[in-house]
Amino acid sequence: MELLKEGIGELLGWHDPDEARNWVLNNKSRELKDKRMSVKEAVSKFVHDGDFIASGGFGHVRVSMAIVYEIIRQKKRNLAIAGKTAVHDFDILVGSGCVNRAEVAYCFGHELRGLSPASRRMVESGQCKVVAETSNAGYQWRFLAGMMGIPFIPSRNLLGTDTGNYSSCKVVKDSFSGKPINLIPAAYPDVAFIHVHRCDIYGNAQIDAILVEDFELSRCARRLIITTEEIIDNETIRKEPWKTVIPFLVVDAVVEVPYGSHPCEMPGRYYYDEQHIAEWLNLSKTQEGVDKYFNKYVFAVDSFDEYLKLCGGTKKLNYLKRREFLKEPMVAPWRK
Amino acid sequence: MLKEGRYNTREFLAFTGASLLEDKKTVFVGTGFPIIAAMLAQKTHAPKLVVVFEAGGLGPLLPELPVSVGESRTFYRAVSASSMHDTMSLSQAGYIDFGFLGAAQMDIYGNINTTVIGDHDLPQSRLPGSGGANDVASFSRRLIIIIAKQSKRTFVNKLDFLTTPGFLDGPNAREKAGLPEGTGPYRVITQLGLYGFDGKTKRLKLISLHPGVSVNEVKENSRFEIMLPAKIENSPEPTDKDLRILRQEIDPAGIVLGK
Repeated sequence: MELLKEGIGELLGWHDPDEARNWVLNNKSRELKDKRMSVKEAVSKFVHDGDFIASGGFGHVRVSMAIVYEIIRQKKRNLAIAGKTAVHDFDILVGSGCVNRAEVAYCFGHELRGLSPASRRMVESGQCKVVAETSNAGYQWRFLAGMMGIPFIPSRNLLGTDTGNYSSCKVVKDSFSGKPINLIPAAYPDVAFIHVHRCDIYGNAQIDAILVEDFELSRCARRLIITTEEIIDNETIRKEPWKTVIPFLVVDAVVEVPYGSHPCEMPGRYYYDEQHIAEWLNLSKTQEGVDKYFNKYVFAVDSFDEYLKLCGGTKKLNYLKRREFLKEPMVAPWRK
Repeated sequence: MLKEGRYNTREFLAFTGASLLEDKKTVFVGTGFPIIAAMLAQKTHAPKLVVVFEAGGLGPLLPELPVSVGESRTFYRAVSASSMHDTMSLSQAGYIDFGFLGAAQMDIYGNINTTVIGDHDLPQSRLPGSGGANDVASFSRRLIIIIAKQSKRTFVNKLDFLTTPGFLDGPNAREKAGLPEGTGPYRVITQLGLYGFDGKTKRLKLISLHPGVSVNEVKENSRFEIMLPAKIENSPEPTDKDLRILRQEIDPAGIVLGK
C-alpha cells in the first residue's frame, strides 16, 4: 500500500504483534486464581514510573478513582496517559505532577462544567507535553487493534485535518477501494484500571452500563487492575456468563472498593458529587489550591473509606444515590 | 444584536438548533447546546428523533440534561447501551443523519478548532481537543455547528489548528482526503444568524438573520467574507411553548440557558 501521509505524533505504547503475543505468553496467567489485593498493593505492584497508563470509564463516569488517588499518594512520576476522554482522572493526575505526557482525544475540560484549570496550567507552562493528538474513535480503535493483536486498524476519520497530522497514524492508498485510508496504530497501555459493578475473586467482571471503551481497553492493556463495587461468587458469574464483559484471563488484580468512583458517577448506583468536583475546580485555579486539595483528600487519609467520610460520609452517599435515581434536583455549584 | 425580551440569546440558539432536526432521523450530539436542541426537538416536532451519544447511549428518552455525554442519563430508557466502538462504527457505516457540535473557532469552509489557541506544543490556551468531533464531522451526513459568540476572534481566516473537518480547502477536498462521500457541514448557528454553505464554492453563506440583527453586524463579526443570498430570510422565533419546555423541562437550573 502506497504511503500518502504520516502523522508527527509520538507513537505511544505500540508493539510488534509477535512481541505482544510473547508478552502475553510470558506474563498473563491462565489460572483461575484469587487476585484480590489492596489498592496500595495493586498500584505498587503494577504501576511503575514512566508507564503508559489508561483509565477506564468516561471522564467523570465509572472511573477507578481509588486507583487514581493511590497513584498520587505513591508519587508515581513521568507517566504517559491515554487521553481517551479523560477528564477528572486526567486533570488530577496531571495536576498532581504524576503525568507529564499525554496523547489527547479529549482532555482539559470537564464537559458542561467548563475547562480544567490545573491540567491546562501544566500544559501551558510546558510541564506536561501533549505528544500526540487523536479523536475519540481514534483512541477507541487503537485499543481495538491492540485487542485484536494486529498492528493497525483502517478508518475513515482524522483525514485532512491537523488532528490527523499531529496523530501517530499513517494515511495510505487502500488497495481495495483505491481511496486514501487512515491507519490507526495499535495501543498496548502498560497498565489500565477499570471500575466495575461486580466481579468474582478471579476478575470475571460485569458492568451494568455502557462499556465506553472498556471491552477493548481491558483486553489490550498489558496489566489490568479491576476495582469493583462488590465481589460476587464465581457461581453467580457462571449462572449468567453472557453478562461477563471482562474475563479473568486479562485481569491482574481485583480490588473491592465500594463507592470507588467517587466523586465521579457510577451508573445505576450513585451520581456525581458536584459539590466535591466544584471544590476541586475552585481550588485548582492556583498551585497552592492544588496542593491543599491533595493534602486534604489524598495525603492526609489512609484509606478510601476515610476519604469518603471526609467527603460527607453516609449522608452524602445516600444523597448521591437518590440523585442518581432522579429523586433530587440537579445542582451546578461550579456554575459561574 | 439579537433583540432579547421574551427569550434570551441562549434560548434562541437552542431553539434554532432544534428547528433544524427532523423526525425519524438520527442525530449524534456533543455536550451542551446540541443535547438541549435534540431534547427540544423530541418534545416538539420530532418525537421519533433518535439521539446518539458517543460513549454508547442509543435512543434514550432523556429525563434531564446530562452533564456528560457518557453518564447514565444518556442511556436512560434507551433502546441500546453499548460502547464507543459501536456508535462510531455505526457512524462510519452511514447510520448518522445529523452530527451536532459546538466549536471555539471556525473558518470559511466550516473547518473547526477546539484544540489550541496559539502554538500546538506550547499553547497560549489549551482547549479539550477533538473528542468525538473529528469523527462526527467525518461520518455524519449533515453536520450542524453552533458557535455561541460569532466575532472576529471566532470566525477566522486561518484556524490555529484544524481539529475537525468542514469542507477543508474547498470543493471536492473532503473526497480527495478520503472522507466518506455525501458528508460535510450543513448549517452554522450563531447569536447573529443561521448559515449554510454555497453549493459550488463550499463557502459559508447567510440564510437568515435573527430578530434585531443587521447584515452589517454579520459582516463586522467575521474575518472572512460571508456570502449573501439574493433574499435574506428572518429566523423563526420560539413559541411560548418552546420556551416553557426549555425552562421548565430541559434546563430548569439554567446551566446552559441561564444568563
